[in-house]
Amino acid sequence: MSDEMSKPFPKSAMTEDERYELKRETRIQVISFAFMIGLTIMSFLSVSTETIVTGFAIPFILLLGAVQFFLQLFYFMHLKDKDHGWPNTFFTTGLVLMTPMLIALILLLGVTKW
Amino acid sequence: MADHIDVAQGLPANPEKATLEGKNKFLGMWVFLGGETVMFATFFGTFLGLRKGTVGGPTAEDLFSLPLVFIMTMILLTSSLTSVLGILAMKRNNFKTLRTCMLLTVLLGFGFVGFEVYEFYHYYHEGLGYTTSAFASSFYTLVGLHGCHVLFGLGWIITLLARYWNAGGVTLANAPKFYSASLYWHFIDVVWVFIFTVVYLLSVGGA
Amino acid sequence: MATATMTAKKEKSVLWDWLTTVDHKKLAILYLVAGTLFFVKAGVMALFIRIQLMIPENDFMTGQVFNELITMHGTIMLFLAVTPLIFGFMNFAIPLQIGARDVAFPFINALGFWIFFFGGLLLSVSWFFGGAPDAGWTAYVPLSTREFAGSGMDFYALGLQVSGFGTLISAINFIVTIINMRAPGMTMMRMPLFCWTGLVTSILIVFAFTPLAAGLALLMLDRIFSGQFFLPDMGGNAILWAHIFWIFGHPEVYILVLPAFGIISEVVPAFSHKRLFGYTAMVFATIVIAFLSFMVWVHHMFTIGIGPITNSVFALATMTIAVPTGIKIFNWLFTMWGGKLVFNTAMLCAASFVPTFVLGGITGVMLSMAPVDYLYHDTYFVVAHFHYIIVGGIVFGLLAGLYYWYPKMFGHKLNETLGKIMFWSLYIGFHLTFFIQHILGLIGMQRRVYTYLGGQGFDMMNLVSSIGSFVMGAAIVVLVINIVYSAYTSERITVRDPWDARTLEWSTPTPIPEYNFAQTPQVRSLDPWFYEKVHGDGTMKPAEPMGDIHMPNGSILPFMIGLGLFIWGFGMIMLNMDNPIIPPAIVIGVGFVITFGMMVLHSKEDHGYHIPVDEVKKIEKGVG
Repeated sequence: MSDEMSKPFPKSAMTEDERYELKRETRIQVISFAFMIGLTIMSFLSVSTETIVTGFAIPFILLLGAVQFFLQLFYFMHLKDKDHGWPNTFFTTGLVLMTPMLIALILLLGVTKW
Repeated sequence: MADHIDVAQGLPANPEKATLEGKNKFLGMWVFLGGETVMFATFFGTFLGLRKGTVGGPTAEDLFSLPLVFIMTMILLTSSLTSVLGILAMKRNNFKTLRTCMLLTVLLGFGFVGFEVYEFYHYYHEGLGYTTSAFASSFYTLVGLHGCHVLFGLGWIITLLARYWNAGGVTLANAPKFYSASLYWHFIDVVWVFIFTVVYLLSVGGA
Repeated sequence: MATATMTAKKEKSVLWDWLTTVDHKKLAILYLVAGTLFFVKAGVMALFIRIQLMIPENDFMTGQVFNELITMHGTIMLFLAVTPLIFGFMNFAIPLQIGARDVAFPFINALGFWIFFFGGLLLSVSWFFGGAPDAGWTAYVPLSTREFAGSGMDFYALGLQVSGFGTLISAINFIVTIINMRAPGMTMMRMPLFCWTGLVTSILIVFAFTPLAAGLALLMLDRIFSGQFFLPDMGGNAILWAHIFWIFGHPEVYILVLPAFGIISEVVPAFSHKRLFGYTAMVFATIVIAFLSFMVWVHHMFTIGIGPITNSVFALATMTIAVPTGIKIFNWLFTMWGGKLVFNTAMLCAASFVPTFVLGGITGVMLSMAPVDYLYHDTYFVVAHFHYIIVGGIVFGLLAGLYYWYPKMFGHKLNETLGKIMFWSLYIGFHLTFFIQHILGLIGMQRRVYTYLGGQGFDMMNLVSSIGSFVMGAAIVVLVINIVYSAYTSERITVRDPWDARTLEWSTPTPIPEYNFAQTPQVRSLDPWFYEKVHGDGTMKPAEPMGDIHMPNGSILPFMIGLGLFIWGFGMIMLNMDNPIIPPAIVIGVGFVITFGMMVLHSKEDHGYHIPVDEVKKIEKGVG
């Protein structure tokens, strides 16, 4: 076993189906990358052009940021795949626990009394 | 350990999780990233809590140049794509492509760090020193910490590349290592998504 | 290759073996030893504090020394004494209880220990470089900023940063171990409760020590690089630190107490000879407590004046914690109810934990009421409350665990007579010291003040409290005597299961071979060992045939990385020193190079070695 650990393989054990899946996967990754680039351009544009009012631009870029966040996690980092139950649990836990923390550090600093 | 992989069949479809060691690394990395989320959240909270505290020094609107940030974002996003392509190549047992993609990731990463150093240098000469105001300190700390993560990630991937450049192929031992490093690299990118949105765009957008 | 490594292994000297070990059982002992040393150190500090407060207007020590002592007492007890002690037990018991040969990352396990140890050392050397930290264990700004605190706070920020990193990676290791390394049949809901609390504690560490790392980084940047986070004049905010500290600080309480709950949940069923009452409820109570622990931190800051809505929300959330904790208390009582109780020292500690902890819990609910908290805040009532949790809860839990697992760890039991003397003197001394502090607090004695005027009704009660603390000190001395005495006189244990217990660790031979289980056991039920004793033939069914056993190689790199971080941290502190003999940049660079150089060295593949099957059979015959 130990010696096999550092031995390269002459071929891959993937079946035809798996190979096809991986091809599809690659295509999806590239598309989601293009999509992310689009999102980024949109959020930069919505801030730098004068025509869009601030009241719309701010929630809009936050929304775009959130969408991109999920794309990154679920596609680039494969959280969508199976066998990712525990990683999902831990990452979600982190997100849930940081929410009150962020709110507190922004709002509850004693400047405004809540 | 107690895994019995039929090695004669060739490289398993998911080499990073084929062994128990691989599974452990994979899960450990994710737990670590969950913790990192909370740490970055604390720094984000600090920045958001203190960003109005400019005490007469330069403000975000005076300083931040969006074109530069846009270029940095594009570079980091692309580096994320190259590392994802590298991992997909690894699953196909295509070691050469993995190597090339990771090398590209490293180069793009250095490009990003270079721009960041230039950016900080530029702001410093505009009068935003580390100790100028609470805004300055929290901005440099948050973005600088992200920069340190990029540097650490670069060191990590370079070490892996140097160690395995002549390994001859994807193995059960090096696949989990490349996979963890690429997870870390994506995480850096995820954090950057929030930095450009919350730190740069929000400040320039006037919120 | 395998035989060559075997012989090479035997030539290791004892010291080298302990410095390079990656075996979870040996690391457990290292954790216990290091934790005990820090515990004794902080305990002696507590005695000094009580001597100072014994009589009014005492001049045994100055206010400055008093401040340093209370800061170090709190910091060491929480970060460097109790945390390693629970890690010691977790390291020892968790792999055995889930039927694993080792933890998921043996190297990281050793690394976690050495980083923790060197971090603790960094904090401790502060005494020799201008005095210990003196701003309280909470290190509230602005008291702890560059303006007001001495160089001790630099050691605080960097020492805890380093040791906290060690704790964090150990916690990740435990999480992965528990999730990935369970034996066949050991489902999550068949795990012993100590594993569950160990898992939940580790998760708390991952999500609580990371904000602490962030907070300590801010404090360090403030002190060494003049960052402006906390100074209102420069746009900063002092409450920021209090938030970050307590976002970490409240979960920290549960990080410490949950493993104690776990130990109690092991000891009580073992000596009641009954299965744990309400196992599922216990598991869910643990998870609920963990979740709520992140939602209540503002109750430490009620008097800061954040506002009435905030205070009400957090007061309510705090009171909610009483519900899952109450579930646990009742489950322990019902476990004992109708059982065949054996009151040895372990069980005495475990059983007495229940009423003491209830007292601490009740005062906790009292403190959670925001309006009344203005009365209790910063008085000895608070001191009494948290010592009821920490001594009455955690220390008794740890002692129960020590007496319970001692025969498995060291091959002999601790002396029962000395054990009972220790228990009763500790129990009486503890209540003498701390019960009276409730009343002291209610009549207005402030905490963190180094002396008080006579004639305010404090004198007698402080004297009683100090006498109680000496009794507690004597009890710990008895414990140390017991350990030495038992090592020489106690009968060696050769049976697997000296307590007639229930969980998987008691199915291993004593002393435990390096590989724990010659064959991975097949788990068929909750309390698997008890199940096999009653429904099977009294041995665990193997889940695999006898074969070569894969083991990890020892490594000196964890020690070196810890040392590197120590040097780096010390270099950072030197930046603030008036007259560093060596330029700090060089020291920082050396530490940096050692740390990262060792990491690069570690990237070399090391697949460990195999113990051949014949060797395993020989060892098994020897111990079986």
